[in-house]
Amino acid sequence: MGLFDVDFWKKIEPSKDKKFAHGLYDGVFTLFFKPNEVNHAGRTHIKGPMDLKRLMIHVVIALQVCYIIGSYNIGHQHFLALGEHTGVLDAVHLKLVIGLMSILPLFIVSNLVGLGIEFYFASKKGHPIEEGYLVTGALIPLIMPPDVPLWMLALSIIFAVLLAKEAFGGTGMNVVNIALMARAFIFFAYPTEISGDGPWVSAISLDDGVVDYSFLHMMFNGLFESLGWSTFINGQPLLESFTGATPLVLARTGGWEAVTEVYSSTAMFVGGIPGCVGETSKLAIIIGIAILLLTRVASWRIMFSMALGVAVTGMLFNAWGFNSYMDVPWYNHFLMGGLMFALAFMATDPVTACGTNTGKWIYGFLIGFFGMVIRVMNPAYAEGWMLAILLMNVFAPTIDFYVVDANINRRLKRAKAK
Amino acid sequence: MTLSTGLIFGIIFILMFIVVMATISEGLVKIAAKHQGENPENYGVLPNDMPSMLKRGEGSPDYISQEDHFVDLKKGFDINLLGEASLEHGIEYVHSSTYALKPKDFMGMMPIPKVVVAEGETLKAGDVLFFDKKRPEIKYAAPVSGEMLKIQRGEKRSVNEVVILADKELEYRAYDLPDLDTVSREDLVAFLLDSGAWPFIRQRPFDIVAEHEKMPKAIFVTTFDTAPLAPSFNLTVQGKEAEFQKGLDVLAKLTEGALHLGLDGRGASSPAKAFVNATGVQKHWFNGAHPAGNVGVHIHHVDPLNSGETVWHLDVHGVLVLGTLFAKGIFDTERIVALTGNEMPNPRYVRAHQGVCLERFVTDVKFQEQLTTTDQEGKPVTINRKAVRLVSGDPLTGKEIEPNGYLGFFDDQVMTIEEGDYYELFGWLIPRAGHPTQNRTFPGAFAPSSIYKADTQQNGEERAFVVSGEYESVLPMDIYPQYLLRAIQANDFEKMEGLGILELGEEDVALCEYVCTSKHPVQKTLRQGLDMLREQG
Repeated sequence: MGLFDVDFWKKIEPSKDKKFAHGLYDGVFTLFFKPNEVNHAGRTHIKGPMDLKRLMIHVVIALQVCYIIGSYNIGHQHFLALGEHTGVLDAVHLKLVIGLMSILPLFIVSNLVGLGIEFYFASKKGHPIEEGYLVTGALIPLIMPPDVPLWMLALSIIFAVLLAKEAFGGTGMNVVNIALMARAFIFFAYPTEISGDGPWVSAISLDDGVVDYSFLHMMFNGLFESLGWSTFINGQPLLESFTGATPLVLARTGGWEAVTEVYSSTAMFVGGIPGCVGETSKLAIIIGIAILLLTRVASWRIMFSMALGVAVTGMLFNAWGFNSYMDVPWYNHFLMGGLMFALAFMATDPVTACGTNTGKWIYGFLIGFFGMVIRVMNPAYAEGWMLAILLMNVFAPTIDFYVVDANINRRLKRAKAK
Repeated sequence: MTLSTGLIFGIIFILMFIVVMATISEGLVKIAAKHQGENPENYGVLPNDMPSMLKRGEGSPDYISQEDHFVDLKKGFDINLLGEASLEHGIEYVHSSTYALKPKDFMGMMPIPKVVVAEGETLKAGDVLFFDKKRPEIKYAAPVSGEMLKIQRGEKRSVNEVVILADKELEYRAYDLPDLDTVSREDLVAFLLDSGAWPFIRQRPFDIVAEHEKMPKAIFVTTFDTAPLAPSFNLTVQGKEAEFQKGLDVLAKLTEGALHLGLDGRGASSPAKAFVNATGVQKHWFNGAHPAGNVGVHIHHVDPLNSGETVWHLDVHGVLVLGTLFAKGIFDTERIVALTGNEMPNPRYVRAHQGVCLERFVTDVKFQEQLTTTDQEGKPVTINRKAVRLVSGDPLTGKEIEPNGYLGFFDDQVMTIEEGDYYELFGWLIPRAGHPTQNRTFPGAFAPSSIYKADTQQNGEERAFVVSGEYESVLPMDIYPQYLLRAIQANDFEKMEGLGILELGEEDVALCEYVCTSKHPVQKTLRQGLDMLREQG
């Protein structure tokens, strides 16, 4: 039947001479069907069932709870800023619509642009389309502020995919994490869009300080009215008392007390705080971690050693206690900012992390250390994980080099001992 | 709400979530297994064989004496496949009208060896058939007596098979046997080279037929094979205990170092008496999943190979050939062969000589299948589809052969595998139960004792390396296979050697190739590296 029928696909298969068309066809076809290739390339006649698509899709599955809670939170934060529907479960339909209307464009642009470049390069090089971008495309919307302009997002993805991936030879060859590279591009090119108090709350569009829902107003109000539900109201001003400051900004100015004055620990854990879409809900991330660890898709070594790095560095800061930020209890750092998201999904990228088990311990620990140093000691950057991970991405091959070199030296020593 | 209560609630929620998900998945997997016609007992998400999981690493089984060296290997993976050979039908001797020796079974041999017998000439078992032009001292002998039939050639006139038309009653070449107690090592080596028994002795580095000029620092004999559906050497050695010991005595003369015997310490049952009571050897017991029975693993854990050193190794067949040669004065390559695979009508053991034609073993297997489909204009057409693949050797390292092909030189297993040229809808997404794997995105990983039907589906397309730590998890050696492969691809000889390529044979990395997410031909790359290094001298 239709798309689920091999014969249908075989009928529409373009000729192999048309490189781009066939490459595109092949990319889509293999999303539906595992190809019928039998083992001839290697020597084993049987092969394990795992392939790269499956690996990638399991990361995306682990991200789903982050997507759901993250989108809802966009709407929730929006109404908090307006001072209405402030209860967590008030006006669920409005919050969902706003959340989806913010996240969907990000997701669509992210995947259209990224996959477009991937398709272009695959057809140009005559390679099959590789699935590496599946994960990157799902990660990027989650590490962006909900209100980031779409052209900026597109530009950052073009920059990251071209420079960080294709220039190095495609999936599996990149040195630094592509999603973080895209974020770093916006971070340095358009800093006001991604740091400070402003960008973390979606306001749809603000004209002269009042909310304008434009087409949402027309599309959904009729429906919601007929159901007797609350509707979107144009022209409301933001609450004057609302700042949209993230816990990190508060912690810098007044330590943990300043954070808890505004946000409860529960809110930070469940995800009712402003921030990047995916990072706000620690609960969703922990469910994601559970999926990643249960399926062993991501390395527990990196996660554990990174948490260890954060804890040790946090304790050192606690002991030092130079300012109120350093006095924030080390375990509370896990509730703020993008730490958990970085730990679960960014540091564990197998391509850019260390490849050796020993290397993974060092790599994770140093990310934890550097991230904390940047977060607490550097007033210019509110959050440290993106920079710490990019830094360690660059050093990962060096760490691996020394681990592998130690193996070589062990062998030499053994030979000399005779 | 304070932080602590929030955290506690969160943790409770997550635990409940995991328990609920696991319970639901458990039920779904069991239902799926039932639908597939499998025993639901074998499937599940929750670990259902706790006892066997806990037992691993508990210490050595009771039949191993405390003084013996016991190695407990944690890494590796047993691929449990349907079609295990059974002893129900007894072990019959199978004779075929033709036998063949295949020069391509020997790694690193020149593609065109010098065949010394002309077509039509009569031969006795043990008479020289051919030799490698690069190493003319090593003679390769006819496994049976009869008439030289033909040389089957492949690409560029390379020799694929040297075929012999066999006698019904075998005649054996007469040897002038040296006295084992007095013979010098040199004379013994010269005798073995000429006898045709030498090629059974292989060496690391390079995993080739042993270089006789070199003095090995040790000789290893492995007495068990952990490859999927591999036959038990306990059967092979039955009734040949004296010959086995004699073979070990011969080997002891060939090295100044030790003779090591690798024994099955997995604990199911004690190995054959011939192995346990062997004398003049150092015994080492190995417990663990495949590749625990591989000689490469034994060497690594007992007396690792360093640069410039040589180690020789044999399997039980090789030792028996040497032993029979000295005990009875005949070149006897008879061995127990396991006929395995799900498509084999009755998987069983047979006795046969080396190079036997497999035609008679597999008469009931349906290798071809007729399919009716429609062509592009919608007319029905009948096509022949290859349904089953025949492999001489185990499914990880064996060679594909035609249904009328011949058993390989070192092989003691024949396997049928279903050709997996099917499309699978959302195959990359669905947690299907029908695959042997340790990958946790499949339910099979949670039931390591389940038994599966094998097929040759590649399960995905070849990609660049992405996953790390995968190879290491199935190679119980202190080696980084992924870095080694990269060194080979970069032609970095120094690094290859440093990373331990000389300790490896293809069979050791076969499981790496099996589990590889990126479907990399690991064994071929390793062989490329070994060949390059060997050429460098």
